[in-house]
Amino acid sequence: MKKKITVRYFAVFREQSGLAQELVTMEADTARDVFHGLKDRHGFGEPIGHCKVAINDELSDWDAIVNDGDTVFLFPPVAGG
Amino acid sequence: MRIVSESIKPFELRNELIDSAAGAYVGFEGWVRNHNDGQEVYHLEYEVYEFLAVKEGEKVISEAKERHPILRADCVHRSGLLEIGECAVWVGVISAHRDEAFAACRYIIDEIKTRLPIWKKEYYSNGDSGWVNCERCATHEQKAAS
Repeated sequence: MKKKITVRYFAVFREQSGLAQELVTMEADTARDVFHGLKDRHGFGEPIGHCKVAINDELSDWDAIVNDGDTVFLFPPVAGG
Repeated sequence: MRIVSESIKPFELRNELIDSAAGAYVGFEGWVRNHNDGQEVYHLEYEVYEFLAVKEGEKVISEAKERHPILRADCVHRSGLLEIGECAVWVGVISAHRDEAFAACRYIIDEIKTRLPIWKKEYYSNGDSGWVNCERCATHEQKAAS
């Protein structure tokens, strides 16, 4: 079943996609599916293992389930400090 | 844990921690340096997803308190455009004795650097720019620019 998911982009992902966020309708069980479903469309070159994900403002992991209506935050490699 | 867009003033932050039970204060300041990976840095920019950065930063500080018997700890991180020499991040810890203050401060800054949704973009003197820790992104940018 296709799900409607809001995806938010940051830093290099925002620049590469040209979007701060978008509403997508896609077949996705997990956060990993969301990332893989969008990376080619937006030209994300960074390996998923270097990136982080949050679902509905909670840091999560790539195997977490996404539900219809969720907001998924895709974080490229962080560099605080 | 705070994210600020104005200059960090470490001495004022240190004064907020003062406690008569403390025998040690350890502070760490991360400064913007003028070079990285052999390139001359002109200035840099931090992008922060503030809601989660604060939430995760508070978690890191709580973990430091669980691991080390300290009295208080706090952290402030900048967002926005920073010039060379500016303070990008401050961590302050007070405790009865110095060992735990050093250890907790080290724990906090190390975790802050790898866990918070904060991204650093360096602008180089040759006009290039690149996101730190993002090798393929940097390659992508250079190709796009050439």
